[in-house]
Amino acid sequence: MTLETIVGMLAFGALTSLMIFFFTLVGSLPLGLLVSFGRMSKIAPIRWLVRFYISIMRGTPLILQLFVVYFGPFLLFGLQMGQDYRITATLIAFILNYAAYFGEIYRSGIESIPRGQHEAAAVLGYTRSQTFIRIIFPQVLKRIIPPMTNEIITLVKDTALAFTLGVAEMFTQARAIVSSQGNLIAFLIAGIFYYAFNALVAFIMERVEKAFAYYHE
Amino acid sequence: MSKKKTNILRIEHARKSFGETEVLHDISLSVDTGEAVAIIGPSGSGKSTLLRCATLLERLDGGILSYDGQPIAQSDEQGQMVYASAKVLQEVRMKFGLVFQDFNLFPHYSVIKNVTDAPIHVQKRAKSEVLAEAEALLNKMGLQGKDKAMPCELSGGQQQRVSIARALALKPEILYFDEPTSALDPELTGEILRVIRTLAAEHMTMVIVTHEMSFAREVADRIIFMDEGLIVEQGRAKDLVDNPQHERLKTFLNKLET
Ligand SMILES: Nc1ncnc2c1ncn2[C@@H]1O[C@H](COP(=O)(O)OP(=O)(O)OP(=O)(O)O)[C@@H](O)[C@H]1O
Ligand SMILES: [Mg+2]
Repeated sequence: MTLETIVGMLAFGALTSLMIFFFTLVGSLPLGLLVSFGRMSKIAPIRWLVRFYISIMRGTPLILQLFVVYFGPFLLFGLQMGQDYRITATLIAFILNYAAYFGEIYRSGIESIPRGQHEAAAVLGYTRSQTFIRIIFPQVLKRIIPPMTNEIITLVKDTALAFTLGVAEMFTQARAIVSSQGNLIAFLIAGIFYYAFNALVAFIMERVEKAFAYYHE
Repeated sequence: MSKKKTNILRIEHARKSFGETEVLHDISLSVDTGEAVAIIGPSGSGKSTLLRCATLLERLDGGILSYDGQPIAQSDEQGQMVYASAKVLQEVRMKFGLVFQDFNLFPHYSVIKNVTDAPIHVQKRAKSEVLAEAEALLNKMGLQGKDKAMPCELSGGQQQRVSIARALALKPEILYFDEPTSALDPELTGEILRVIRTLAAEHMTMVIVTHEMSFAREVADRIIFMDEGLIVEQGRAKDLVDNPQHERLKTFLNKLET
């Protein structure tokens, strides 16, 4: 195998990794907001339920969650899932897991906004949703950029866990090449891919942070 | 229509507790159009709580709260407090403004956006009209040229003037101030007091909680002295300061002098 074929195969796997990364964010960033609302709900049972969900997501390994989502439909309900279910299961597990983490980040951000902001908005006549959308959430975004950056960088690396379900993402490809070639070149190149991708993520998040630097509290 | 002048604000037998402790015992007061009322009293006497109940930030536990003669909160037969519908309360909120001790400007909005956002998005008024009025208000507050500045770029005194402009932009019938100068360095209190003095000269209806006794004496038509959740004494500003009747007020005024 030439270096070019190796890089080509890895790049193909990288597309799948990228896809997992992208759809996990698309699903978990909004879902995380719902999670944070549930966690702060006035209705106690909702609060307990969401709290329980978060504790499971944070308290058990992601790899175990992947297996439960993948084998669950068959082992629990006898449902036969097709080949495509590998990637679907991966996305479901990732989105559920990351929504829990993002939910806690949103919540800490929302709770860190001083009460006076809510009160000023209330006296000015803003409705509850206007207050959240116009006044609170923009300030929350600025505050949560650092923990979000950490979590997103972790996600880039976590995409490699999809190999456990046999999804042909980059790490799966690299492992296959390494065992057939008998050297570590594919791992090295995959490592460079992950590293470069995270450098890009860090760069973008720095830009986002700068975009929010037009004010400070 | 009755010819009788209705009070903008009318509070009757108001009670408010936090848990077991009652912090407003039996407060009755009314404010007429064009009146400037100062509320004084020792720390913990319930001044802020009274303003917060009047501005619907806290719920009363008893009594009647009315704006423009319309009761919006009162106790029912069982003694339970009943508030008007959310829609009515929302309309009532447009009748008053509140200036906070620590400004509570929106840090992510520029000065002009702080002032115009609520008139545009809450009152749904035309943007061009709101902007023109906001510019005029900022000029009046001595903030010309500051419209694009962010709150964090301003001094405390300037921030407080923006927050006054923000409250005035909604054209309230009555404006409440909760110790508007207490968070400021002493050399900055003057500019805020000057603004309030101007508003008083224009007969803006105001209720001002303050520790600035000479200011209250000079600007307010009436002073209310509160202690331990009660209105102990009230009267024409100069009479009350120069000739206090109750021991508690005498003690309070003496302490301030020393
Ligand atoms: N949210 C709250 N929960 C419990 N107690 C409260 C709350 N807000 C105020 N209190 C209590 O109510 C009493 C009256 O407080 P309030 O802030 O109205 O006094 P104040 O006259 O404004 O005092 P200051 O001059 O210090 O501002 C105090 O004993 C205070 O501790
Ligand atoms: Mg107070």
